[in-house]
Amino acid sequence: MTIVEAGLQPGLASGRIDPPSGRRGVLVATLGLWRTRIGLLLVAVLVGIAVIGPLFAPYGGTEFVGPPFTADAPDTLFGTDKLGQDVWSRFLLGGRTILLLAVVSTLIGLAIGAVVGLVAAYNRGRLDNVLMRTMDVVFAFPNLLLALVAVTTLGRRSWVIVLIVAFTAVPRVARITRGAALGVVERDFIGAAEALGESRTHILGREILPNVAGPLLVEANLRLTYSIALIGALGFLGFGVGLNQPDWAQMINENRPALSTAPWGTLLPIFAIALLTVGVGLVADGLGRAIAGVDRARPT
Amino acid sequence: MGIAKFVLKRVLLGVLTLVVVSIVVFALTQALGDPVEAILGREAQPASVAAMREELGLNRPVITQYSDWLSGLVTGDPGISYTNGVPVLEVLGDRIWNSLFLMLVSALVSIPISIAIGTLTAARRDTAFDSTSSATSLVLASMPEFVTGLLLIVLLATNVWQVFPAVVRIRPGEAPWVDVGALVLPVLTLTLGVVPYVSRVMRASMIEVLESDYIEMARLKGLPERTVVWRHALPNAIGPTLQVIAINIAYLAGGVIVVENIFNYPGIGLALRDAVTDVNVPVVQFIAMLIAAIYVVVNLLADVGTILVTPRLRTRLQ
Repeated sequence: MTIVEAGLQPGLASGRIDPPSGRRGVLVATLGLWRTRIGLLLVAVLVGIAVIGPLFAPYGGTEFVGPPFTADAPDTLFGTDKLGQDVWSRFLLGGRTILLLAVVSTLIGLAIGAVVGLVAAYNRGRLDNVLMRTMDVVFAFPNLLLALVAVTTLGRRSWVIVLIVAFTAVPRVARITRGAALGVVERDFIGAAEALGESRTHILGREILPNVAGPLLVEANLRLTYSIALIGALGFLGFGVGLNQPDWAQMINENRPALSTAPWGTLLPIFAIALLTVGVGLVADGLGRAIAGVDRARPT
Repeated sequence: MGIAKFVLKRVLLGVLTLVVVSIVVFALTQALGDPVEAILGREAQPASVAAMREELGLNRPVITQYSDWLSGLVTGDPGISYTNGVPVLEVLGDRIWNSLFLMLVSALVSIPISIAIGTLTAARRDTAFDSTSSATSLVLASMPEFVTGLLLIVLLATNVWQVFPAVVRIRPGEAPWVDVGALVLPVLTLTLGVVPYVSRVMRASMIEVLESDYIEMARLKGLPERTVVWRHALPNAIGPTLQVIAINIAYLAGGVIVVENIFNYPGIGLALRDAVTDVNVPVVQFIAMLIAAIYVVVNLLADVGTILVTPRLRTRLQ
C-alpha cells in the first residue's frame, strides 16, 4: 500500500474523502517529483525577489541616478534605464505589482468559476445548459483582446485589470469544477445529505467542494500562469497600472530600445517573468500528475 | 440529413456567439465606459465634453448607438476613426491582409511541425528524445508569448547572435513577403506558442492508434515500422486532434496582437495597440469583432470537420 493509498483509506469508509488526509497524500506524491521541486524552487526564489526585494533596493524606484541607458554607470549594478533610474532597484521593486494583481485575479476567478461550476453540476438540466453555454461564449474570446477592449475606455485602473483577468479565468474553472463535481453528485452520500434535509449551500460547500479540490488545485495553478502572462502582456504593451512605477513587464518594453547596448534593463525582468511562469507551470504539471496518480489508486 | 441540420445549428450558434460578443465589446467600450471622459480627461470643460459627445454621436440613447453600430458592421461600414475622421476600413486596409498572411504562414509552419513531433515522440515513447521534448514543451507552454518573442530576439537578433532583424520593416503598400528574413522571428514566436499544445495531443492520439489492432496487423504483415507509423497510423491519429489544431489556429488570431507589437509588424495587432492608446473606439471595436469572427469561424470549421472525418460521430447524427 503506497503512502497515497494509505492516506485515502480512512475517508473512503465513511463515504467521504476527508480533506486533510487526501490532500496530504497528494502533496506527498507531488513533492516526490523532481519537476515540482524545481518548480517550487523557482517560484520561491522569484516570489522572494518580488516580495522582499524592495527591502534591498539601493535606490528609489524613480530616483535619477545617472545618464539614461548607461550600462556601466558608477554605483549601479546593472546600469541605468530609459529615464536614468537604477535598473537593479527597479527590478527588485518591480515584481510586486504583477504578482499581487495576478494572485488576486486568479483567486477571484477561482471563486466565481467554482461557484458557477458547482451550481451547474448540481442543478443539471436547464440551468446547467445556460451556464455552460455562456461560459463557452466567453471562452470564444482571446483573453488579451478582451482585456485591451476593457482598458480602452475604462482605463488602466487596477480594479479594471483585476476584474477582467478574473473574468477570463472563470469559464475554464467553471468547466473543470463542473466536470469534477458531476462525478461526485451521483454518489450516495449526496443523496443521503439531501434526504437529511441539508441546505443546498451546505451540500455544495461542504460535501461536493472538498471532493473536487484536487482538479481545482491544478486548475488554480494553471490559471495563475495565465494571469501572470495576461497581466504581463498588458504591461508590456504599455497598459499596466501606474505610470513609470517599477513593473517588470513595463520595464521590458521601456528598455527595449537599448537592448544591444544596455540590455540588463530588459533582460532581468524577462528572465524573472520567464522563470516565474515556468516555475508555476512545473508545479502545476507535478500536481496534475500526482492527482492523476491519486485518482488511479482510488478504488471506485 | 443529420449532417446538414448539425451544420446549420452550429452556424446559428456561431452567429449567436458573435452577437453576444458584440454586446460585450460594445458595453465595455461605449456603455460602461465613457469614451469622451477617457479622451479628454476628467477635468475637461463641460462645454468641450458636450461638443465632443455630440460630434461622436455619443449623446444618443445607448440602444440606438448599439443598433447603428451593429447594422453598420454587418453591412460593411464599421464607422469612422476617432483620430482622423477616416473610415475605419480605410485606416486598416492592408493591415488586415498583413495579419492574415502572418497567421497563415505561422499555421502552415507550426501544424506540420507539431504533427511530426507528436508522431515521433509517440513512436519513440519514453526515450530521451521524448522526455526532452516533453520538458521543452512544458517550458514553452508556460512562458507568455512576449517573453518567448523577446528571448528569441535576444538570442538571434541582438545579443547572442545577430542572424535575424529585431524589427520588421514593411512600408505601407508593400507586400508582407518583401523581407522574408524579417518574418522568421515573428513566425517562430507564434510557432513556439502552438507546437507544445498540438504536439502533445498528437502524441496522445498517436499512442492510442499505435496500440490498435490494425496497426498490429500491419506489423505482422511485415511492413517496415516507418510505413506503419507514417502511412497507416498517422492518418488515423489526426482526426481527434483536429479540434485542438483548430483551437490553436484560432489562438493565432489573438497571438498576433503581441507578436506584431514585438516586431513592429504592420498588422491589426499593432493598429489595435495604437487604437487603445488613443481611445479610438470604432477601430478597437472593429478589430475586436474581426478577431472574434476569425475565432468563431475557425472553431466552426473544426467542429464540422471533426464530424466529417470521424465516421462514428457521423452515424450518430443520422
